[in-house]
Amino acid sequence: MHLSALTQLNGVSGNEDLVRKYIYDNIKTKCDNITIDSMGNMIAFKAGKKKNAKKMMLSSHMDEVGFIVSKITDDGFLKFKTVGGIDSRVLPAKFVAVGEKNKIGVIGSKAIHLMTMAERTNIIKTKDLYIDIGAKNKIDAEKTVSIGDYISFMSDYTEFGDEMIKAKAVDDRAGCSILMNILDERYDFDLYACFTVQEEVGLRGAKVCAYTVKPDIAIVIETTACSDTAGVESFNYSTILGDGPAVSLIDRRTYYDREFADYIYNLAKSNNISVQYKKASFGGNDAGEIHISNSGVKTATISIPVRYIHTPSSVISKNDYHAANELLKVVLKEIKL
Amino acid sequence: MIKLLETMTQMTVPSGNETLIHDFIKNEIKDYVDEFETDPLGNLIAHKKGEGKKVMFASHTDEIGVIITYIEENGMLRFTPLGGINAHYALHQRVKFVNGAVGVVSFENKDDSTIKNLKTSDLFIDIGAKSSEEAEKIIKIGDAGAFSGEFLQCANNIISKALDDRAGCVAMITAIKSIKEHKNDLYFVFTASEELGLRGAKVAANRIMPDFAVALDVTRTGDVPGKLKMAIKLGGGVAIKIKDSSFIAHPYIKNLMINVCEKNNIKYQLEVLEAGGTDSGAIHISGGGVPSGCISIPTRYIHSPSEMINIDDLKCAALLATKMIETGF
Repeated sequence: MHLSALTQLNGVSGNEDLVRKYIYDNIKTKCDNITIDSMGNMIAFKAGKKKNAKKMMLSSHMDEVGFIVSKITDDGFLKFKTVGGIDSRVLPAKFVAVGEKNKIGVIGSKAIHLMTMAERTNIIKTKDLYIDIGAKNKIDAEKTVSIGDYISFMSDYTEFGDEMIKAKAVDDRAGCSILMNILDERYDFDLYACFTVQEEVGLRGAKVCAYTVKPDIAIVIETTACSDTAGVESFNYSTILGDGPAVSLIDRRTYYDREFADYIYNLAKSNNISVQYKKASFGGNDAGEIHISNSGVKTATISIPVRYIHTPSSVISKNDYHAANELLKVVLKEIKL
Repeated sequence: MIKLLETMTQMTVPSGNETLIHDFIKNEIKDYVDEFETDPLGNLIAHKKGEGKKVMFASHTDEIGVIITYIEENGMLRFTPLGGINAHYALHQRVKFVNGAVGVVSFENKDDSTIKNLKTSDLFIDIGAKSSEEAEKIIKIGDAGAFSGEFLQCANNIISKALDDRAGCVAMITAIKSIKEHKNDLYFVFTASEELGLRGAKVAANRIMPDFAVALDVTRTGDVPGKLKMAIKLGGGVAIKIKDSSFIAHPYIKNLMINVCEKNNIKYQLEVLEAGGTDSGAIHISGGGVPSGCISIPTRYIHSPSEMINIDDLKCAALLATKMIETGF
């Protein structure tokens, strides 16, 4: 399983190089051709067994949410901006890696006993946080860090409970890992496995990719939020951890082709693969750009439920991961284009 | 024309379910166009062959609605809006699902402030089921529906649901049937998912790659009590769009519309809409850019089950489209 290695690589949106290199090294012998476009999307092509075959695009994004250094204070602390959607409440006291050399830092905030009443009751803002890299002052900090450096969460890949995984960046290295596995087989149709960039900042890589590939049909392999936890009403769960991969019906960016979604759902059922529909409409993923590219593309999304998504302690179920992998395999084997 | 409007507005076609209206439209216009094409988004493209530049006309077939996301144990349905739904507008409206089931929207009354700050997440749909098992026999997760709203004539006005944008569709169909001669290669697109962000128009434009484009859609009016300052009046004639928040009309198209109205004595008014967009917003930035305009039908109470238009305005819109086509681009 590549998931462990993939989640330990840092690849904040726009800085996917390490992830791309790892994937490239592990798939290069499995594909007919691999191209990398000017944005950094990697398109792995595998010709179909049939002649004049139709084109299937698969998409998983390599990038993860993170930060970027925006200022170095005179005291040697780093001010930063978020890249992608991150809840500022999860940030204080987290470990981060800054820049290419992975300079270790801790996200700091004002101590609670020094906060005013208003500061205590209001949600802490990213602009009030800083990163402490142990530098004595600005000059010291500038020896290892410069403005524009990327910052990633640091978080081990850890298995716990009977089937749980905790790591950063499972969104969407889990999808990347599955896409890598899928390339073991050759299918009837032409397969374009797209490892996309900059999903977290607005589906930018996938948009370009879709115009390069011009697919007849597309499947996005993703992760999605899972809120099946204490204090949440069941209609807001969206997905349930351990109930299998989620097939999307609607999200903020895509109204999915119902027939295609049901086809995937029913195929899972008939193959005894656990599956669920995503029962909420928030979020968006590469499908948002792919399905409205070119003259319109029939698109589906298969997602692995993730608790605490976009945090360094994202949690998935190993069973869901394997079921998603299995489901995609079955779909690609069975689907008639 | 009025009978056609009644039939079309009363069909249940929430965004993403536009294929439901395709057969009806095809049947209406099949004798007047050369070929039909559909696409994965649910656009219906009617091609009327001709020489010269390609001109795309667009009116959207979808209406705002709901999609079911969750079924409660007690049989109540949770939903997410399809398009811009105001929770207060939706409250206690009746919903018709595409599979024929019906229900009513109500709200979870937590405390006195719920109704004041009503959000769509406070709402649920009651389909008369006593349990989730019973509900699941009637509705599945992912089933869509739209609000019902009777078609009534009120003086020279029409009150109905879904005038946005079946009024535009009717104007386009009427134009298709009325064209006596045409110089251009014409594509009439009944677009999908406009209410979800102009999605259908975008891919239809990519497919057709038109030289010019005209959307037919509804617009707001400034002639009711309230703070909206807008020069558009119900009964003031067809509205020629200057701009909205999605695009600025190309001067060539805008002036063509004005000239055609002047020459043919079509009553018109000029429209500057501060909020809101239409298919032209997606079409005009497709490909290498498409000079675009929009024929607007003044409409009160948009996105409510009781939208209101004026019959003469609608006739002017259809006539403007017809005469533009006959004049040529």
